[in-house]
Amino acid sequence: MNKLIATDAVKRGMAHMQKGGVIMDVVNAEQAKIAEAAGAVAVMALERVPSDIRAAGGVARMADPRITEAVLNAVSIPVMAKARIGHIIEARVLEAMGVDYIDESEVLTPADDEFHILKSQFTVPFVCGCRDLGEAARRIGEGASMLRTKGEPGTGNIVEAVRHMRKVQAQIRKIILMNDDELMVEAKNLGAPYEILKQIKKEGKLPVVNFAAGGVATPSDAALMMELGADGVFVGSGVFKSENPEKFANAIVQATTFYNDYELIGALSKELGSPMTGIDISKLAAADRMQERGL
Amino acid sequence: MAVIGVVALQGAVEEHLKQIINTGSEAIMVKHPRQLKELDGLIIPGGESTAIGKLMAHYGFIEAIKDFSNQQKPIFGTCAGMVLVAKELEGSESAHLKIMDIVVKRNGFGRQIDSFEANIEIEGMKAPFQAVFIRAPYIISAGDQVEILARVDEKIVAARCDHLLVSAFHPELTDDNRFYKMFSEMVESSMVSHSS
Repeated sequence: MNKLIATDAVKRGMAHMQKGGVIMDVVNAEQAKIAEAAGAVAVMALERVPSDIRAAGGVARMADPRITEAVLNAVSIPVMAKARIGHIIEARVLEAMGVDYIDESEVLTPADDEFHILKSQFTVPFVCGCRDLGEAARRIGEGASMLRTKGEPGTGNIVEAVRHMRKVQAQIRKIILMNDDELMVEAKNLGAPYEILKQIKKEGKLPVVNFAAGGVATPSDAALMMELGADGVFVGSGVFKSENPEKFANAIVQATTFYNDYELIGALSKELGSPMTGIDISKLAAADRMQERGL
Repeated sequence: MAVIGVVALQGAVEEHLKQIINTGSEAIMVKHPRQLKELDGLIIPGGESTAIGKLMAHYGFIEAIKDFSNQQKPIFGTCAGMVLVAKELEGSESAHLKIMDIVVKRNGFGRQIDSFEANIEIEGMKAPFQAVFIRAPYIISAGDQVEILARVDEKIVAARCDHLLVSAFHPELTDDNRFYKMFSEMVESSMVSHSS
């Protein structure tokens, strides 16, 4: 029997198993255990959550391997970790450590302000952020096995994630309704690989799972993103920067599953304590907008 | 027509629903235990067993599915679904539904970088089956009544016992619907015995 590793079915399939679930940012083993107990489908190991990265300033890099290792050893659910955009070596190091998924992430300071990693060359699957279908299709073209909206990380403000999810969905609907002879120019306009748009048109959907990320702070935020067609939700600072992480983690997981049960979401949102403090996007200096990172 | 539900708390739900429809049965997304009484068969999908198990316990699925199983109504568990039906899990972990006489090791083939696909021989199927294994579990040991359907590296990866069917891999991720045909036959024969 011949075993094939790193095929599309294996790499993309892993993200299919995360659908309808919540992936939580954690910075140590203790937080990872809280996330797992709350029903997270995976954890993202990193040195600081995005809001702390904003506060700290300077260059944000791959986490100290001791943190990633501690998280890998603490839980039985999948562990993801972030590498800088274009940082081939950080990604190879994370792959060698055995992480289950790499997020080539704009939350960290990009290592390459022009090119992303050629993700198809890796055994470990990647997730990447996108603001529109062009960006989504370019990342798929490079080998990303999962997508997420970029949103605006570390702000606790859902507006950018909503914008990005709506935009991708609207552009997919446009592709589906378009005539075949119009597709090549649309590929040029979007900056998207033609073959991937053809596939989207044929299947009527993206070839990979697309989660929401970047600004989810409450159970209702998570449910809103599911309502808008997200396959699942990443919560960065929203859990462990809230007043009561365990309660928030539990409530966000349940609100994601039962996203159209409004009585339940109301009940889940009671007496949670304060969510993370948010940031108005218009008050954010252009240089502080993480979503602009990566082409 | 047989009505087959998919537990829709988390995981590859749509993928199963599509396969059920393609096999000619009616498919229902199951979000509440009360929906089980409308069903002739139930699929517990791939996903994260800890997440699905927690939601199952919280929302009253455990007793409802045990009751469904006690009526000899067919249940098919894939990957996480196999973990969830097991009588026992290896190590200190507590089992969930405990309805099938198998001992299962979670992530038995390793982490995601060890995930693979392979064409494997399945008992009763003429041609090999393209099986996708993702952080897959396997069956360490099975009771005498359990029929072993497939092995990989000597490890048991598919099995059947009366009205219960499990696979460590994901038939929902490929176009091959032979597992769904096998399951819908189980469902149809159970409908005959329930109506008589």
